[in-house]
Amino acid sequence: MSTSTTTTTTSTRRRAPITSTGIVFVVLALTIVAGAVLTAMSGRNFFSPGNISAILTGTSILGFIAIGQTLVILAGSLDLSVPYVTSLTSLVAGVIMAGQTSNIVLGVVVALGVSALIGLVNGLVVTLLDVHGFIATLGMGLILAGYLATNYKGSAGSAPRDFRLIGATNIGPVPVSTLIMLGCALLVILLLRRTRVGHHLYAVGGNREVARMSGLHTTTPVVLAHVLCSVLAGMAGLLLLARLSVGSPTIGAQGGYDLMSIAAVVLGGTVLAGGKGNILGTLGGVAIFAVMDNVMGVMEVNPFLKDVVRGVVIIAAVAVYARRTSARPPRFGKQPLGDRALQEAS
Amino acid sequence: MPYDTDVAQPGPPHGGPPHDGTASNTSAPLLRATGLTKRFFGNAVLEDVDLELRAGAVHGLVGENGAGKSTLMKILAGVYQPDGGTIEIAGERRAFGHPVQAQQAGLATVFQEFNLLPDRSVAENIYLGREPRRGALVDTGAMQRDTAELLEGLGVVGLSPQTVVRSLSVAEQQIVEIAKAVSYDARIIQMDEPTAALADHEVALLYSMVRRLQERGVAVLYVSHRLPELFELCETITVLKDGRHVATRPTRELDEAALVRMMVGRPMSAFFPDPVPGTEPGAEVLTLSGAGNGYVDGIDLRLRAGEIVGLAGLQGSGRTELVEGIFGAQPFTRGRLELQGKPVQIGSPRQAIRRGLALVTEDRKAKGLALNQSILDNALGVVRAVFPGRTRTARGSMPGVLSSMAVAARGMDQEVQFLSGGNQQKVVLARWLSTNPRVMLMDEPTRGIDVGAKHSIYELMRQLAAEGVAILMVSSELPEVIGMSDRILVMHEGRLAGELPAGSSEEQVLALATRADATGTTPGGDAA
Repeated sequence: MSTSTTTTTTSTRRRAPITSTGIVFVVLALTIVAGAVLTAMSGRNFFSPGNISAILTGTSILGFIAIGQTLVILAGSLDLSVPYVTSLTSLVAGVIMAGQTSNIVLGVVVALGVSALIGLVNGLVVTLLDVHGFIATLGMGLILAGYLATNYKGSAGSAPRDFRLIGATNIGPVPVSTLIMLGCALLVILLLRRTRVGHHLYAVGGNREVARMSGLHTTTPVVLAHVLCSVLAGMAGLLLLARLSVGSPTIGAQGGYDLMSIAAVVLGGTVLAGGKGNILGTLGGVAIFAVMDNVMGVMEVNPFLKDVVRGVVIIAAVAVYARRTSARPPRFGKQPLGDRALQEAS
Repeated sequence: MPYDTDVAQPGPPHGGPPHDGTASNTSAPLLRATGLTKRFFGNAVLEDVDLELRAGAVHGLVGENGAGKSTLMKILAGVYQPDGGTIEIAGERRAFGHPVQAQQAGLATVFQEFNLLPDRSVAENIYLGREPRRGALVDTGAMQRDTAELLEGLGVVGLSPQTVVRSLSVAEQQIVEIAKAVSYDARIIQMDEPTAALADHEVALLYSMVRRLQERGVAVLYVSHRLPELFELCETITVLKDGRHVATRPTRELDEAALVRMMVGRPMSAFFPDPVPGTEPGAEVLTLSGAGNGYVDGIDLRLRAGEIVGLAGLQGSGRTELVEGIFGAQPFTRGRLELQGKPVQIGSPRQAIRRGLALVTEDRKAKGLALNQSILDNALGVVRAVFPGRTRTARGSMPGVLSSMAVAARGMDQEVQFLSGGNQQKVVLARWLSTNPRVMLMDEPTRGIDVGAKHSIYELMRQLAAEGVAILMVSSELPEVIGMSDRILVMHEGRLAGELPAGSSEEQVLALATRADATGTTPGGDAA
């Protein structure tokens, strides 16, 4: 064995199995097929521009929040305060705008500033006080819920007509709000794949000790993830304001965005423990929920059953992922072909 | 000079400047550690240890488990701060408060447990924290290219920088670790048992990497239990024992016997108690034929009452997986398992315990004990769960059991986290003894515990054997395997590679474990 010893065992690189993101989109495709069939059985056309538009509209709010949630989960944390941030921003922006077009920019800036601040606090509590994200953001959520309940007795503020257009305009069958959401997704993808802090976010979420030993600042990525998550929840709040034209203190909690976003992230193949996953999968997860909701709406399924179906889908998906990870190749076992050839030769 | 005075050293005369820069071993040391001392809770685990590493030289570091090798490495790596002593790199005094500082000083470490992110690619792992950028963005193209170049420079072919680390073999992950160390422009690289989990053709690859590092003028500190490879690779060997420096000698003045003598420092036989007189192997209690699960395959094994059988093999050879298979933690999917001649199916640890099996797990903290519960609760854990009817009896006998093993504790209500490793292990044993097992599976029963506790565990094993318990002991410590076993089974890549009688030598065990017999000699792999 002379030169051949320098060849590693990779000459027979095992064929990559389908990625978890791949699975998500296979499931999405199946959901769409099933949806199309079921919709057709109800005498409607699933692919009509109106219905497509309705589905895409359904993706944007949860999409914003789930993108942010993906960041936080990748970093090894969690954000349960998102629905309250969403409600709060819809109110803050609505009250500042007060129906005046000239106040739109100020309303948006203040609302997103407030959400960024909340995210910053979340991030600092998680990193500096070492409180797990679950508890830190549960506490923040309770604080915000209390603030909302005491200070807003009902809907407040009003969105000017120009701002409402964001929620109502379509380009072809595609709502503008969905395009904004996809734009944000693109930026976050860029952040994760092409910036240092994005790489470090994966590292910290994957194994904080390894990250620390590699000389990373382990707090920065986590804090950033929390800030961005809150800001994206704020964007969802602004979009809700545009759609409803008033701010509402309960809109976020009604949507159940905290747990739904986590469900979408997990459905999208991101590992709840952090360090593995991506935005594309999350978008797939959000789309699966949107298609399911749409089809069940068309079929007039009762709301309780809707939740049952969602629940079954989430559990089934995670069970599938769990099987995939436990079916990892054994630490040894069959030798790669190259090794055997090498041994026989020697 | 830190060297033994009775040995002529090829190094420079005392305090003298280097004569010339041509031969690496006559130049000043690249790393000079003097009087390193480390204490944990007042116990010195490393005391007054000196070490010198030279550019372009491979320096071996040997010693039994607990001799202080890991502590020394961790001090050099900046993981631990020494309680005494100094470190100089290229003549400059250094103190590392953090591993990153050691890396920046050009000292990189390849630890046994890998510091890699399994879900990230090879390139992302190597350049973690130092990702090349173009403008604000990470230049992923450059990162891939640099990684490919780096690997090529180390003679690694066919390892794609984009591969996710999780899908790599242990050997390939090892390569990535070394490449990462090299990418820091390390002048000094220390490797902790780099071949522990490698098959022999992979070992050859590692050797050629070490030699390339050497050619580049890197100083390598090479820690290994496998003596032949030290003789193959190292110019100088330092022996540690019980935290102290025993000797540093040029390899050519040593042979394996001398090295073992220095490592052990006493005749081996005195340390391991003899069998209790009258202990005779009895009837066959456990029989495996063709057993296999996801990790091991084709296992044929017989265990008789009163027998202590050692199970040796390299890390990752499937020893733990085999005992976990017997115990139903990773149930066998193929083959037959018989207890007292009757075929049985064991699908879970609970079933195994009901049938008289016990497993002392390798990692007592993760799998063996509830650290924040009391000694009594831990010791009764299994009986309560599996044989609730016997709890009262077990509880009554527990004080006697614990004191017969000389567990040093304030009382039975003390939380086990406050006990020393040896006493924790005794609590684990007490828990299993209270189930009256007929077959005792022990996975690294003396790992990380002090010599006194080791000895009492060995005596307990002899005692159990005399009472007719069959013991299957997994151990990475060859002296222990050889000193305690009536027979030695050796595993290699998930299969039993062979059986050796009592009194076999370490070399015989290693030969089977590394399959050196299959390929002829120790793999040289000197790419000409």
